Amino acid sequence: MKKILCIALVLIFAFGALAGCGSGGTNTTPSASPSASADGSASPSASGGAANGGTIKIGILGPLTGEAAQYGIAVSHGAQLYIDQINDAGGINGKKIETVVYDDKGDPTESVNAFSRMVDEGITGLIGPVTSKPTLAVVDEALTYNMPLITASATAAAVTYNADTQTVNTNVFRTCFIDPFQGEKMAQFANDVLKAKTAAVIFQTGDDYSVGLKDAFVAKCEELGINVVDQEGYSKGDKDFKSQLTNINSKSPDVVFSPNYYEDDGMLVTQARQAGIKATFMGGDGWNNVSKYASPADLEGSVYCSGYASGSTDEIKAFEAAFTAKYSGETPDMFSAQAYDAAIVLLDAIKAAEEKGLEAGSDDYKAAVIDAMKNTTSVGLGGKYSFDEYNNPIKSAVIMKLADGKETFSQMF
Amino acid sequence: MSVFSTIVSQLFNGLQSGSIYALVALGYSMVYGIIMLLNFAHGDIIMVGAYIAWIMMTMLGLPPVIGIIAAIAGCTLLGVLIEKAAYSPLRKSPRLSLLITAIGISFFLENISQLIMGAGAKAMPSIISGSNFRLGTTEISFVSTVTIVVSVLSMVLLTFLVQKTKMGKGMRAVSEDMGAAQLMGISVNKTISFTFAVGSALAGIGAVLYCSAYPQASPTMGSMLGLKAFVAAVLGGIGSIPGAMIGGFAIGLLEALVSALGLSVWKDGVVFAILIVVLLVKPTGIMGRVIKEKV
Repeated sequence: MKKILCIALVLIFAFGALAGCGSGGTNTTPSASPSASADGSASPSASGGAANGGTIKIGILGPLTGEAAQYGIAVSHGAQLYIDQINDAGGINGKKIETVVYDDKGDPTESVNAFSRMVDEGITGLIGPVTSKPTLAVVDEALTYNMPLITASATAAAVTYNADTQTVNTNVFRTCFIDPFQGEKMAQFANDVLKAKTAAVIFQTGDDYSVGLKDAFVAKCEELGINVVDQEGYSKGDKDFKSQLTNINSKSPDVVFSPNYYEDDGMLVTQARQAGIKATFMGGDGWNNVSKYASPADLEGSVYCSGYASGSTDEIKAFEAAFTAKYSGETPDMFSAQAYDAAIVLLDAIKAAEEKGLEAGSDDYKAAVIDAMKNTTSVGLGGKYSFDEYNNPIKSAVIMKLADGKETFSQMF
Repeated sequence: MSVFSTIVSQLFNGLQSGSIYALVALGYSMVYGIIMLLNFAHGDIIMVGAYIAWIMMTMLGLPPVIGIIAAIAGCTLLGVLIEKAAYSPLRKSPRLSLLITAIGISFFLENISQLIMGAGAKAMPSIISGSNFRLGTTEISFVSTVTIVVSVLSMVLLTFLVQKTKMGKGMRAVSEDMGAAQLMGISVNKTISFTFAVGSALAGIGAVLYCSAYPQASPTMGSMLGLKAFVAAVLGGIGSIPGAMIGGFAIGLLEALVSALGLSVWKDGVVFAILIVVLLVKPTGIMGRVIKEKV
C-alpha cells in the first residue's frame, strides 16, 4: 500500500514538475515577445548583416510578471529604447544589436535558468537582473562565463563585491547607487551646501536600507568633522516618534538625517515640527513621494537625493519624449533611466571591443567588453559614469528639494 | 534645552499617547463590563473613523469640523450596527463564540477597508492646527495639549454620564446583574446598544485625536492601537472605567519613558510584558474587583 502511495506521489510530483516546465515554457513566449520587435527589425539586417559579421546578442533579464514586474518592465523598456535607437542609427560597426529578453519573475532559480538559456543562445553581455536576490544568484553563474553584466537596479553591495572571499566580481557593474552611497552624498551635501556643524539621525532599526544609509552618513560625517549629536532608532510599524524626536530636539542639531521610506518620513517630519525641531530634514531616495504625507509648511526646505528627476535636463526631456512615444504614453521612471544608462555603458564597451576586431561572443570579446566598461567613461542620463574599485558607479546624485509642497529638482551634486 | 524641559516634553508626549490609549481602553472596558466581551473589533472602529474623516476632508473637501463630527457619528453608528448585527444574535451563546465573532469582525473591517481604500496609507490633512507655545523654557506642542484636554473632558463627561444619569444607572445595573436588571424594568438591549454607542463615540474621538498626532490612515492602524489599549484596560482592571483611564495614561507614559531612554525598539515588548506580568500577578488589574462566581 505504501509503495503504491509512494509511486503515486512520485508521479504527481513528476507531473507537477513537467507542468511547471510547461508553464515556464509558455511564459517565456510572451516575455520574449517584447524582443520580437527588436528581432523583427534585426532579422532583415541579419541576412544583410551576414556580409558584415551578423548581429551582437545582448540579454535583458528581469521580472516581467509577478510582484516586481513594475521594475522589470521599466528596466527592459528603458534598455530596449537605447538599443533600438542605436540600431536605427545603423548599429555598432555595421552590426545590429539583438536582444534576448527573458522573464525571471523576480525568482533567483528562474533567473539562473533564464541566464543559462541566454548563454546557450550566445549573448555577449547582460543587462539585469533587476531585483537584488536574482542578481546575486546570476552573478555567481556569470562569473564562470566571465559574462559582462550590468544591472540597473540591484543595490545590494554583494552584487559586485564578495565579502566572504574579499574579491570584486570584476565582470559585474551597476548604474544604480548602492545604498550607503546616498548616506555619503547627503553627509557631503550637509557639509558643503548646508554648512551643517551638527547632525542627528533617526532610522528604522533592523531595516537594511535604513541602517546602511545611516552608517554611511555617520561615517562620512565623522570624516568631514560634522558632529553627530544623536542617533535614534524606531521599530518597523511605529507611528509614534515623539519621544525620540524630543531627544533630538534637546540636542538642537543643524540637520536631521532620516533615511527611511516616505510614509514614515512624512510622519517623522510632522511630529518633528510638533516637537519643536526646526532643523533641515534630509533623506535618501526613499523620500520619493513624501510630499503627499506631510504638510508643505512642515516639509519646506527638506532635501533628499535621488537617482532621477523627471524633466530636469535636456537629455532627460528627450529621453522621456522618446520613451513615451515608443511605449504608447507610458512615463519612464528612475528604473527606466538607469536601464537606459546601463545600455549606454554596455554598448559603449561593446563598441570598444568591436574596434579591436574581436569576434562577438568569444572569451576575448567578453574580456574586452569588461575592460572597456571599467576604463571608459560613458555619458548617460545620470551624468558621467565611471566605476570605483568595487564597480559601483561614480556619478552625481540628483538633489530634490521640497518647496511649497512640491518635490522639485534642485541640483546635481 | 535643559534636562528639565526635555523631561517635561517627554511627559507631554506620554500623556498625549496615553490619553488616546485611555479613550480606546474605555471602549474595551465598558463593553467588557456589560456583556463580558473582549471587543477586538474596537481598534478597527478607530480605523474606520479615520477613513471617514479622510473621505470628508480630502475627497469631499469639507472643513475639519465636519470631518470630526462625521468621524464620531460614523463610529457611533458602526459600533451600534456591529452590536446589532453580530453580537446581539449571540447573546445566549458561549462567550467564546462572541470572542471569535469579534475577531472575525476585526478582520472583516480591516480587509474591507483595504479593498476599498487600498493597502497604502492615506495622508491626513491637519485636523487640529495651532502653533506650539512655551511653558517657561519648554516648548509644548499644541496638538498634544488639545489631545490631553479633549480626552480628559471626554472622561469627565463619561463619568458624569455613568454616575449621574438614568441611562448610566441602567448601564451599571446591567453590568452587575443582567437578569435582575431586566426584572427591574431596564431594557437590556437598549442599554447594551447605548454602551456600544458611547464606547464607539469615544473611539471616534480617539480616531480624530490619533490622526491629528499621526496624520495617516491605513487599514491596519487600529490593530496595534487596539491591542495596546487592551493592555491598558487589563492593567487598569478590565470593566472598570477609572481603571481604563489610569491604565491608558500609564501605558502612554511608560512608552515615552522607554523611548526617551533610547530603548524605542523595546517599546512594544515592554507593553506586552506588562500584560503578562499583570495577568500573572494581579489578573484583576489596578482597579478591578474580584467577582465571585455564583454557582
